[in-house]
Amino acid sequence: MKHEIFEKNTILLTIAILITVSIGGLVQIVPLYTIDSTIEKVDGMRPYSPLELAGRNIYVREGCYLCHSQQIRPFRDEVERYGHYSLAAESMYDHPFQWGSKRTGPDLARVGGKYSNAWHVAHLIRPQDVVPESVMPMYGFLAEKELTFNDAGAHLKALRAAGDPYTDEQIAEAAADFTAQASGEGDVDAVLTRYPKAVIGDFDGDPSKVTELDALISYLQMLGTLVDFTTYKPEGEMAR
Amino acid sequence: MANVEKDPVTGTNTTGHEWDGIKELDTPLPKWWLTVFYASIIWAIGYWVVYPSWPTLNDYAKGVWETTNRLEHAQEMAAVAQSREVWTSKFEGKEISEVAADSELLNYAMAGGRVIFADNCQPCHGSSGSGAPNYPVLADDDWIWGGTLDDIQQTVLYGIRSGHDEARVSDMPALVADEMITAADADKIADYVMKLGGQGGSDAGKDLFDENCAACHAEDGAGVQELGAPRLNDGIWLYKAGKDGVVAQITKPNHGVMPAWSGRLSETEIKQVSIYVHSLGGGQ
Repeated sequence: MKHEIFEKNTILLTIAILITVSIGGLVQIVPLYTIDSTIEKVDGMRPYSPLELAGRNIYVREGCYLCHSQQIRPFRDEVERYGHYSLAAESMYDHPFQWGSKRTGPDLARVGGKYSNAWHVAHLIRPQDVVPESVMPMYGFLAEKELTFNDAGAHLKALRAAGDPYTDEQIAEAAADFTAQASGEGDVDAVLTRYPKAVIGDFDGDPSKVTELDALISYLQMLGTLVDFTTYKPEGEMAR
Repeated sequence: MANVEKDPVTGTNTTGHEWDGIKELDTPLPKWWLTVFYASIIWAIGYWVVYPSWPTLNDYAKGVWETTNRLEHAQEMAAVAQSREVWTSKFEGKEISEVAADSELLNYAMAGGRVIFADNCQPCHGSSGSGAPNYPVLADDDWIWGGTLDDIQQTVLYGIRSGHDEARVSDMPALVADEMITAADADKIADYVMKLGGQGGSDAGKDLFDENCAACHAEDGAGVQELGAPRLNDGIWLYKAGKDGVVAQITKPNHGVMPAWSGRLSETEIKQVSIYVHSLGGGQ
């Protein structure tokens, strides 16, 4: 009956709770920062381009993660359907990650390049037009909403504070890169130098303006495409 | 402080606490529950020993089994590859036509091709290649880029306007939008195209058609598969059907895109799905 001392002394109880919970937290969290193999380094990963970032923000805003995961687990059935299992590094520039926990729709970790832009447009406007049995809601309003991203540089700067390696040049050119990637006009080569494998072009078939649909499709079309899995080989710890 | 008493009704001891005259029975936990609880603890210790568990400063305990999910996955996939080798090895180094000619391999190709098609092709081309607006039917004999096994395999491998170096590309000009012909001419041409397909129309636009369209689509509108110029005289339309659709396509054409599947699917898988598509009804 020694716990009487805790029951009758709230300050002591509070401190004891704090110590107990901290041990649990420290054991689980600290090693993630100290273990060398938490995130393996892979070639090809880069931060999001401004247009992709805007699309990603829409993805988060619309709650796509509630029905679509972005994490292919290392199981045969998933790998045969979706492609190579996801690597931790592929989410390293996600704040927050979009792994999700439920698949009402399919996993989207490697949806990039699987469909044409036109398919994505048709599918987002009315999913049942291309997938009759789909239960996905319609997102046609994205095509109506013009998107300006004048503060793209500020977004990039904020992400740099969170650890993404955006360069001063990328921050300075953010607004220009946004427009160039969405229209295919302007200094497209510079966009591709700064953001290799970015998908360029007018996505929704209306080059006169950048819509939320353009941004979202640019994001979907690059998902899972950055790491070249024809050359990727797990190294060291990860190869075991 | 403990003032443990025996409760006369149940025969169980009290906890010895008292709150405003209320006492609490100290009923022991059920034996079965305690047994499972201690067994779980012992099980957990066994788990720590064999599986990766405790973190150290910059590493972690690997466990005596030295296993990881990735390793298990790699082993499983290796076992799958080995179990498939009896037939995949026969696909390798064979042309697609040789595979299709071998009745045993054809069975493997069809069974696998059906699944690969459902996972990858169906969202655009529909169940069993039944097509969708703006996406070609694969179950008929109207082929834009050719319907032989080799043609289909080529299309699947590299796609159409996919950005791949080997992709099939055709680029019908925007005749009206780029002011190469007038809207009135487009209307006449569309009328003639309807006539070619036996869907009404008139001959008035024949000369305009011969001048502007026949180089790719041929004078009788039979199309030229090497150029990816669709057949116009069969009444089958990829985009909007009828004269309106033809006018729209002459004015500012849609250019459909099919992704390249090399890299996404293996060579064997592409052979399987190509043979499956070829079998859907229209294979040449």
